[in-house]
Amino acid sequence: MIKDITIGQFFPGDSVIHKLDPRFKIIFTLVYIIAVFLANSLLAYTMVAVFVFGSIFLSRIPVKHTLRGLKSVLFIIAFTALFNLFLTEGEPLFSIGPVTATKEGLRMTLLMIARVFFLIIGTTLLTFTTSPIMLTDGIESLLKPFAKIGLPAHELAMMMTIALRFIPTLIEETDKIMKAQTARGADFESGNLFQRAKNFVPLLVPLFISAFRRADELATAMECRCYHGGQNRTRMRVLKAGSRDVFAAITVFAFCGLIVWTRLG
Amino acid sequence: MKECIRLEQVSHIYMPDSPFEKKSLDQVSFSVETGEFLGIIGHTGSGKSTLIQMFNGLLHPTSGTVYVNGCELHQSKESRKNARRSVGMVFQYPEYQLFEETVYRDIAFGPQNLGLSPEEVKRNVLEAAEIVELPEAVLEKSPFDLSGGQKRRAAIAGVLAMKPEILVLDEPVAGLDPKARTRVLEQINRLHQTTGLTVIMVSHSMEDVAKYAKRIVVMNEGRVAYHDTPREIFQHRKEIEQMGLSVPQVSKLVQQLKEKGFDVDPYAVTVEEAAKTILMCMEKKQ
Repeated sequence: MIKDITIGQFFPGDSVIHKLDPRFKIIFTLVYIIAVFLANSLLAYTMVAVFVFGSIFLSRIPVKHTLRGLKSVLFIIAFTALFNLFLTEGEPLFSIGPVTATKEGLRMTLLMIARVFFLIIGTTLLTFTTSPIMLTDGIESLLKPFAKIGLPAHELAMMMTIALRFIPTLIEETDKIMKAQTARGADFESGNLFQRAKNFVPLLVPLFISAFRRADELATAMECRCYHGGQNRTRMRVLKAGSRDVFAAITVFAFCGLIVWTRLG
Repeated sequence: MKECIRLEQVSHIYMPDSPFEKKSLDQVSFSVETGEFLGIIGHTGSGKSTLIQMFNGLLHPTSGTVYVNGCELHQSKESRKNARRSVGMVFQYPEYQLFEETVYRDIAFGPQNLGLSPEEVKRNVLEAAEIVELPEAVLEKSPFDLSGGQKRRAAIAGVLAMKPEILVLDEPVAGLDPKARTRVLEQINRLHQTTGLTVIMVSHSMEDVAKYAKRIVVMNEGRVAYHDTPREIFQHRKEIEQMGLSVPQVSKLVQQLKEKGFDVDPYAVTVEEAAKTILMCMEKKQ
């Protein structure tokens, strides 16, 4: 069950999208998010769909795999969809008991589903095609201008790198401890909320202990290698934008421009 | 002999339909007899750990069936629950799963989950602690204040307290010092011999497996390569070495002596057996 989480997972490959400069990809994702929020017509969403599925096609990641990330938010989508459908005021469509679905509600619901769907698919594409290290390199580089006003860009990036690095380790560890406690008769799947929370103690205590132990060991290992922050450090990979990135930037901004145009027109 | 676990054509694929897809078990079929001491050996990634998780339904086979005590495991939740009760599972580095405030309460976690009465729980805990030689003074300590070897034994006691019919151990002595190793292995072996408990032990150490196991399963790339007695298996020295494993040093020694023309028993797998046959050979010469 834990292995279903695909948000934040990297999908190795060497497609055009994989090779883009991470700084550009981060900015593209931000622009894309704005575009998705601006879109409010069928035409605009068709464009978003073409753009997103085009990018997925270029990245050569199986569409099925990108859709898996939606599983974890399915409940939230369904929940908000129901609220939107029945609680929006307007022309009545049909009613179940005391609640009435409205035409405006239906429109809002469809819009909301499309929005969440494209948001998740589009943003997971960033983490799917960018390795965690490239991602933090990109973020560090983008944050550098803010270092002048006292933002610890390197430290933030380092913390993120470490956090991302440990996600798979901790997932694996959780899986292991869960199995071990299940073998001892622990039950993580039934009971009411309070009981369930209590049942998680045998999982959380060992997990925290091992996380602290790992953190401690890592700190020692870093100090042994004389790590001391970002001053005067050079990088092994220097990020360089190429013609590919410029071309991609033109495409993305053109796409965003089209979405803005659908709103004006 | 009655069999307690049977696997039929069991295959397992990790993370299907992703770039990390990996076939970890491929058409594995064999059975474990009641009361035997079975060793499972194999190189890292040969499917050993996946295999043992099939024994109590922690993992589901992608295809094939697993029977525990004649019951098909994946039929119902009930049969899995029964299997978890009869198959005790000690994972690698089991001390990482300790969580309670005292050793006593940690050992009692399993039996309590089985729904035993307080008296039964207490009896099981004390018995398990005795088997792994944890003195009563230790039982009231926090598990995190124990030494490495004690922690390991406390964790094993946590599984033994559930009174399993079959005990599965994944590398039970990995990372322990030599003294603690022998101690843990001897305790397991004594338990096996006095109570007739079925023991399945996964190990990297050919010496340990040769010494305790009556039969061995050799795993290679998700398949069962050999399933036989240690004496027979370690005759396939070349094949076993090709799988990235080794045979016990003494086996290698007697086999090489035999090749050189000495009249020794090439089937010896433990130091004692080898010493005996070499001494006999020397006596004959004189």
